Amino acid sequence: MRLKALLAGLAGVLCLAAASDPAERLPDPAQEARAREIFRDVRCLVCQNESIDDSEAELARDLRVIVREQVSAGRSEAEIKRFLTDRYGEFVLLTPSWSPGNLLLWAGPFLVVVAGAALLLARLRKTAPEPELSPSESERLQQVSRDDGA
Amino acid sequence: MIAEVGAFALILSLALSLAQAVLSYAARVRRSAVLAGAGEGAAIAAFLGVAAAFAALMYAFVVSDFSVANVAMNSHTEKPLLYRIAGTWGNHEGSMLLWCLALTGFGASVAGLGRTLPQGLRTLTVGTQGVLGTVFLAYTVFASNPLARVAQPPVEGRSLNPLLQDPALAVHPPFLYAGYVGMSVVFSLAVAALIEGRVDAAWSRWVRPWTLAAWSLLTVGITLGSFWAYYELGWGGWWFWDPVENASFMPWLVATALLHSAIVTEKRGALAGWTVFLALAAFSFSMLGGFLVRSGVLTSVHAFAVDPTRGVLLLIILGVTAGLGFSLFAWRAPTLGRGGMFAPVSRESALVLNNILLAAATATVLLGTLYPLIREAMSGEAISVGPPYFNLTFTPLMAALLVLLPIGPLLAWKRGDGATALRRLAVAAAVAVVLTLLVGVLVTPRHTWGALGVGLGGWLIAGALAEILERTRVFRVPPAEAWRRFTGLPRGAWGMTLAHLGLGVFVLGAVFETSWKLEAAEALPVGRAIEVGGYSVRLAAVEPVNGPNYDADRGTIVVTRAGQPVCQVTPERRFYTAGGQTTSEVGLCYRGLSHLYLVLGERREGGTYLVRAYWNPWASLIFVGPAIMAAGGLVSLSDRRLRLAAGRRRREQEA
Repeated sequence: MRLKALLAGLAGVLCLAAASDPAERLPDPAQEARAREIFRDVRCLVCQNESIDDSEAELARDLRVIVREQVSAGRSEAEIKRFLTDRYGEFVLLTPSWSPGNLLLWAGPFLVVVAGAALLLARLRKTAPEPELSPSESERLQQVSRDDGA
Repeated sequence: MIAEVGAFALILSLALSLAQAVLSYAARVRRSAVLAGAGEGAAIAAFLGVAAAFAALMYAFVVSDFSVANVAMNSHTEKPLLYRIAGTWGNHEGSMLLWCLALTGFGASVAGLGRTLPQGLRTLTVGTQGVLGTVFLAYTVFASNPLARVAQPPVEGRSLNPLLQDPALAVHPPFLYAGYVGMSVVFSLAVAALIEGRVDAAWSRWVRPWTLAAWSLLTVGITLGSFWAYYELGWGGWWFWDPVENASFMPWLVATALLHSAIVTEKRGALAGWTVFLALAAFSFSMLGGFLVRSGVLTSVHAFAVDPTRGVLLLIILGVTAGLGFSLFAWRAPTLGRGGMFAPVSRESALVLNNILLAAATATVLLGTLYPLIREAMSGEAISVGPPYFNLTFTPLMAALLVLLPIGPLLAWKRGDGATALRRLAVAAAVAVVLTLLVGVLVTPRHTWGALGVGLGGWLIAGALAEILERTRVFRVPPAEAWRRFTGLPRGAWGMTLAHLGLGVFVLGAVFETSWKLEAAEALPVGRAIEVGGYSVRLAAVEPVNGPNYDADRGTIVVTRAGQPVCQVTPERRFYTAGGQTTSEVGLCYRGLSHLYLVLGERREGGTYLVRAYWNPWASLIFVGPAIMAAGGLVSLSDRRLRLAAGRRRREQEA
């Protein structure tokens, strides 16, 4: 079975957070995993649109070295990200901040849901009591049944 | 000489498109069948003209006529024939010509095939298509002429970006553009309906097949692009929430919403205004996509053929065209009827929910793509919106949509029975729960979201099958009766089932690959191996090879599992001499649904090579799923109802 094959495959691998480049890797796997987690949220500033986790550019390598140094020095993710934004601005992080300037960005999609739901409810309420037949239709029906009766 | 004939044909097409617009609108005002026929003739002639120009450009690329500026800039004599042909649309000017080819092609199709549309609607649709053709052809002729000559032809061309020299990418733009531009017909139909002030079942029945066709093409185009990114960019990802990807994804999302709302308008006469709005939005998003990709206003991993100065012109075209469409909508939409009524639990409500969630998902992608621009323009602060944003917004919205999806088709129109629908999905729900638990317990490392996602995929697949079983009443009626029902199901029903099933397959693959992919990287001397996912990946040899237009290091990688040979692949690291770029050719080893993804990296000191190996479980499903969805679209397109409806109307007219 495929699942079993996969399980066997997964069991064969102990270190899951293999590094993007062995030459840069930290000796402690837990720290390395934390560094990789941070890499995915840091933009390679000179690249088109890549995180430093993906990029082979020189600057991405430098940033990886900085982040790895700080991780191994025991600094927290928030501290490292603050260090990066102090130097390069908010642009360096791929997750936009939860700040007033980004309110529309974060809330927009959910506002669409709320607005859509409100419109749907209004429409359902307005049309809920559905008359079985319009006056002209019931008149016509009566006429037809009278004709049949005659 | 041939280039000049092509350039002349292009200018002629511009004039013909203008004539198509003027004649058709005049025909509507004067109610003249002669003028309408002339407009349709112009539409077909305009298409032939653009086709001639396109053929001329393709010929120039094939014979490497470097006196044509575009060929000199983008081609090279050493390039293989396929990529010389693909070079026709692998650049800004050529891709605009391809856009015009599709646009006039669809206009000619409406003129040629539209006999069954009511006369007024058809004439206005052809006319609007003519306006669009005029605008884009004028842009092509005056601002981006693909057939312009250079005074002193160079001896050798500058070649196509090597990343684009790939079979999947050679055919990706034609699919994508046909999908983008297919939406123009829907746009024109919407404009025609707004001018006529009437949206009826006949109109919706015309919108459906065009949307289906464009949607299917777009699905194929996006999937090809994603597959290309997967094996060509060389780090194993298949979707990057990159502006260029988003640009193609937004029209797809809107078209998906339109497919569903058009059903409500066709069957129940409801949501007419909303359907028209989506029809306008679909092509507006296509144009936005074209603008974003072509202008280079946003940085992207696959921004090719970019030209910021001409981007402004495209922005003006987008603004004016979409602006006019939506102004017309604001003015005329109140005249469209409200249509039938429906209860809170009904097929209509389910489809409206589908549309709300798809609209919100589109808003997410739109905001994520454009917000950095808006923010920078307003406050001067640059921000980035990357994958983490989309994971937090798009993913929950889609998850909600997918949870609700199987319930919708089991509800009746007008007033549905929720309890019965849920009872019919009991087996599907059980499948989902069991799958979630199995994956949650058995697959290590434990991954709660991954397990739930796999369960969701199972829910979609089982739900789609449950719906078919319900329709055919298998197990409840004699087999012969069930078989009769089975074969009697309309193609449209099969199309829907396939599309929903394909979505489930995609979800399975996407979730599994994302949650449980493994990677390993090591600088290896020849003869040594690394382990990934229980496979031993050995670098057996590295040899230099000379391609037609590149030099490469070709690695031979032997994959074994517990000592048994599994496969052998030859990834390459290529250096394209003409442009000076380096690319990697990935070695893919297919193991059932999963891939071993092997990349040969740079040479390190001491004669070692950086080898990256990824285990991408169930990755094939990511691309098979959308293929099934597109197949569903095509099956639905072949439904007899879409053709029979035409015959019925003709009989009505004769009666």
